[in-house]
Amino acid sequence: MTDMSVNIAGVELRNPVMTASGTFGSGIEYSEFVDLSKLGAVVTKGVSLTPWEGNPTPRVAETYGGMLNAIGLQNPGIDTFIERDLEFLKGFDTKVIVNVCGKTVEEYLGVVERLADTNADMLEINVSCPNVKEGAIAFGQDPKALSDITKQIKKKAKQPVIMKLSPNVTDIALMAKVCEDAGADAVSMINTITGMKIDVNKRRFVLANKTGGLSGPAIKPVAVRMVWQAAQAVRIPIIGMGGISSAEDALEFIMAGAAAVAVGAANFTDPYTTVKVVDGIEAYMKDNNIKTISELTGCVR
Amino acid sequence: MKIRETATIISQECLCEGIYSMWLATGIAGSAVCGQFISVYPNSDSKLLPRPISLCEISAPGDEQAVRIVYRVAGAGTEEFSHMSSGDKLDILGPNGNGFLAPVKEEITADTKALLIGGGIGIPPMLELAKQLRCNVNTVAGYRSRNEMFLTKELERAGRLFISTDDGSFGTCGTVIDAVNEEHIDADIIFACGPKPMLKGVKELAGELGKNAYISMEERMACGVGACLGCVTASAGIDDHSKVNNKRVCADGPVFLASEVVL
Repeated sequence: MTDMSVNIAGVELRNPVMTASGTFGSGIEYSEFVDLSKLGAVVTKGVSLTPWEGNPTPRVAETYGGMLNAIGLQNPGIDTFIERDLEFLKGFDTKVIVNVCGKTVEEYLGVVERLADTNADMLEINVSCPNVKEGAIAFGQDPKALSDITKQIKKKAKQPVIMKLSPNVTDIALMAKVCEDAGADAVSMINTITGMKIDVNKRRFVLANKTGGLSGPAIKPVAVRMVWQAAQAVRIPIIGMGGISSAEDALEFIMAGAAAVAVGAANFTDPYTTVKVVDGIEAYMKDNNIKTISELTGCVR
Repeated sequence: MKIRETATIISQECLCEGIYSMWLATGIAGSAVCGQFISVYPNSDSKLLPRPISLCEISAPGDEQAVRIVYRVAGAGTEEFSHMSSGDKLDILGPNGNGFLAPVKEEITADTKALLIGGGIGIPPMLELAKQLRCNVNTVAGYRSRNEMFLTKELERAGRLFISTDDGSFGTCGTVIDAVNEEHIDADIIFACGPKPMLKGVKELAGELGKNAYISMEERMACGVGACLGCVTASAGIDDHSKVNNKRVCADGPVFLASEVVL
């Protein structure tokens, strides 16, 4: 028997495969293709206290083996999110991880409090979105700010707290350690890498926001390296992501030290990717006589 | 019901420089309506995102299930499609979006004067619409010049066709709106697809006539199914789904009542 389940901060996931925030909505649209109950968890798009308009368009651009996005965390706000999105997710036997964003510490705390008595199983705190000017990444790039916000959220949160880290820092291991020391239950990484694309015929930026977050297969080696570095520095679980589009990609992250993984941009290329990754990891475990996924976590040292 | 499948190319031809017509055998035809689009995935691994392409024709019930797309080579992805031929395979997902007719079925009778306006690569979705409408159909197609005209024979068969060209080499010299004015085309309802400046002109025209215009919009997309919020367009009021002044082109559109969006 292969046991694919993983335990993250006391929450038992059926398997280690999740969706990456922002690439899957709350699963409503993709549920036409994927049985959400087959996933370890659905990680929702970021939600803030009030509705956010997001950035002007164009918001997305394709790059070689990747894509840039600068959505700017458009979302309907926590009230609609609880009534519509969380209600929808009650219909599935999967764990729900809510991605939380804000422009001030108070806004993050407001969302965290509103989620206290909901069906959210865990909270992922977005301190790493590169596409909004205030808040978000400002907390994720400064160790002191990161420590402060983690401590404050931990005081208020009823659910386990995952801090989502930015790759746009000098020392990712330090940032992971800061989160662990401040009481975070887990870290997820990596958010997108800040990038840019220029249309040489129009002599203009392709994205209205000028810069955007790079995701997709192009960033995978960077993400695997960062997960490995963080895994050497912390004992809390790491959720690894960045360019995963196959089971082999996911296994790289797991062997580098990730307890679980998330599929992001690949959902756009093939909506069935998450399920294919689950099936592929299971096949690998059977072929290699691996009984529990934890045997693989961090096995490359 | 959306499906994602590997479709087989039945045929492909070049209609004029840079414009290609492709028939694809696909079960998507069974549930597709005019004004919807499909996501077409390049085979190259370096390209992650599907290309949203509107349906130009949908096979009639009873016939082999197939859809026709007519597209312009605009970059490396569509360039790749243009080199494919009969028997080749393409991954597609659809049908996506809302289509033209669902919101207006009630208001169209046999006497209704429908004005269909297409500009450039916005012309193809007008063909299936013209074929399906059971009323007076006047179509205005705008091209850059005479040697870049396409789909004119099919459009003529599906209604009365007027043509404008930017350089005056055929039909009215000027824009599609110039053609509407020059030919004194009357309308009870307007449908349009084309570049944003043209859609602005259509919206103004509809305002002057006091009629509704349904416009099909285009925006850079990623998921194509409404999840990623990449392809929004500004809405006149707070949108019911987003709770802000944004609508998703892929899922809430691509067809919008002109008065509900800000162009």
